[in-house]
Amino acid sequence: MSSTVKTDTGRNDSPAAGEAARTGRSVRAVRTAGGLSVRLDVRTLVVCVLLTAVALSASVLLIGTGDFPMGPGDVLATLTGSGTAAQEFIVNDLRLPRVLVGLLAGAAFGVAGAVFQAVSRNPLGSPDVLGFSQGSTAGALLVLVFFQGGTFAIAAGSVVGGLVTGLAIFLLAWKGGIHGYRFVLVGIGAAAMLYAIVLYLMTKANIVEATQAVTWMTGTLSGRDWDQVWPLAIVCALLIPLSLLYGRPLRMLEMGDDAAYALGVPVTRVRVVLLAAAVLLVAAATAAAGPIAFLALTAPQLARRLTRSPGPNLLPAALMGAALLVTADWLSQQIFGADQLPVGVLTGLLGGGYLLWLLASQRKAGRI
Amino acid sequence: MLVDSPPEAANAPAAPRRRQITRSAGLVASVGALVAVTALGIAVGAKQVPLDQVWHALFHYTGDDTDVVVRDVRLPRTLLGLLAGAALGLAGTVMQALTRNPLADPGVLGINAGASAAVVSAISFLGITSLTGYVWFAFLGAAVVSVAVYVLGGTRSATPVRLALAGTALSAVLIGYINAVNLLDTAALDRMRFWTVGSLASATMTTVREVAPFLLVGAVLALAVGRPLNAIALGDDQARALGARLTRTRVLAMVAVTLLCGGATAACGPIVYVGLMVPHVVRAVTGPDLRWILPYSAVLSPVLLLGADVLGRVVARPGEIQVGIVTAVVGGPVFIYLVRRRRMAQL
Repeated sequence: MSSTVKTDTGRNDSPAAGEAARTGRSVRAVRTAGGLSVRLDVRTLVVCVLLTAVALSASVLLIGTGDFPMGPGDVLATLTGSGTAAQEFIVNDLRLPRVLVGLLAGAAFGVAGAVFQAVSRNPLGSPDVLGFSQGSTAGALLVLVFFQGGTFAIAAGSVVGGLVTGLAIFLLAWKGGIHGYRFVLVGIGAAAMLYAIVLYLMTKANIVEATQAVTWMTGTLSGRDWDQVWPLAIVCALLIPLSLLYGRPLRMLEMGDDAAYALGVPVTRVRVVLLAAAVLLVAAATAAAGPIAFLALTAPQLARRLTRSPGPNLLPAALMGAALLVTADWLSQQIFGADQLPVGVLTGLLGGGYLLWLLASQRKAGRI
Repeated sequence: MLVDSPPEAANAPAAPRRRQITRSAGLVASVGALVAVTALGIAVGAKQVPLDQVWHALFHYTGDDTDVVVRDVRLPRTLLGLLAGAALGLAGTVMQALTRNPLADPGVLGINAGASAAVVSAISFLGITSLTGYVWFAFLGAAVVSVAVYVLGGTRSATPVRLALAGTALSAVLIGYINAVNLLDTAALDRMRFWTVGSLASATMTTVREVAPFLLVGAVLALAVGRPLNAIALGDDQARALGARLTRTRVLAMVAVTLLCGGATAACGPIVYVGLMVPHVVRAVTGPDLRWILPYSAVLSPVLLLGADVLGRVVARPGEIQVGIVTAVVGGPVFIYLVRRRRMAQL
């Protein structure tokens, strides 16, 4: 947290101003006539607005990218309904679903990562490390290899695999409550088993299926259509607001169970609800886009650094995830050429570098 | 793990002797188990070979079909299983002692993934196809990752959790890299996907001959550092007071781990959890003295590996489940059990 005290230009007699003086942040309380009040952290607000802007700009650029390039002006015109028939087809049928899957999956991974990291109280406690992604992958590959299932069946396999894994890890790590390090280590054990199963399925597949499987395992936005958008959109619309509602109690959980309990947080219920929501979000996003490497790990961490705010930062993490994924997809098309490599390769490389830095820089602080 | 004091410090004079007898008897029994599982490894498979036929093929080779199966397929496979199993067990034991971390394992700490990533690069970018070619890359990858994990995990203050996390994180990065290479090079993917599973199936006598020297040197080193590693188990300060040379011991131990993991991985692909499980079982019998744990692990790890290999052949007949998958599926629950135990004992 920043130690410099910012001047609060708001009403100095408000409680928020007092908090600002204590914590060195600009926090304002907005009160409506009806007696409702919302705490506004100015820095967080600015970060959220900026991330939204980045996500939307990258989306416009991404829609304009492809065999039939379009300028941002054309894209915006087409989106508002005044493009030519050809442009309408390209934007609405081909490229808009890809962008929407990117935005939604990114947001879902961001929120889920923030929840996992907060619950495990470990910056590395992301779905990749904990085995949920491997569970989803195993489920999807099982359908792909043994039943030659179509897109929808593969997505269903991924969701079921992720949920079963989530439940299993949760039950195995349960011992009168969920405890941070046990949760992470049980997840690591499960991840290794599931990865072995994934590898086995790979040897059973023919080479076409195997290539398809590796692409899927890396995470890709290529060739998404509306069939993938709708289920993901519904899951996100239900579960992201639910997670945000639990943001405050989750923040208290980070102080430790006893402190949270003393403050009146129903510790176990908050964990169970949030973990269930996070697992479902990961499963839905993985079904639509594959287990995009490291997104859930990095988005919450970057969001936290930008807002310089303690706690899980759920909304900034969601926006960061969406912005990161769409930007990475656009970048990977610019760098590798259109759809040469799935977006997961780029997030994997960037996320890997970030992860190593995180490990190196935080080991002294003893936070990992 | 250090609940019972080392035998030297025990007060009752009768106890160490009884323990000595138990340990020796246990070791003899383990060797018996090894012989039995070796025989199974040769006899059981898609084609069952009666034991007298095995004997015939080994000592009165006439070149009929069964003799060929035994000599050219089963025998190298079993030999490689023996060597690689012992290597992984020794490597796991040394790593657990070196890092004082009960969860240390070449797979968990990412060393297998490092060796794999290096081999994938060699196959895809340099077109290297022979084992002698890529065994060096496997060593390089294993060495780089073992140092990296040790440094990233925090050399002094390395907690089990932190080391396991550093290893898992590095593995995740390396697996991502392997996937990317595979996507760019489908031909490499076709070869790699069988190798990355971890299997003894493609073993030949050439494989065995090429990898054996590295594994033997690694094994000798590992057995030699047992005594100084015992001292390190007491903590750095105590060890120094006892006259152990910390840096030299650590370096030698790392070299041993690199040779053992790199060699085993180059020959059969990444195999996880063997090095994790066996030392824990062994410690329950022998107590904390590495001079006993190391030989026990060297004998019992091949029992596990060959047993898993035979199991994989029997379960999925006429096909087979690769040994790396069997050990991962068996080892995962053991890992979770260790994590769930009341208090994870520090080594």
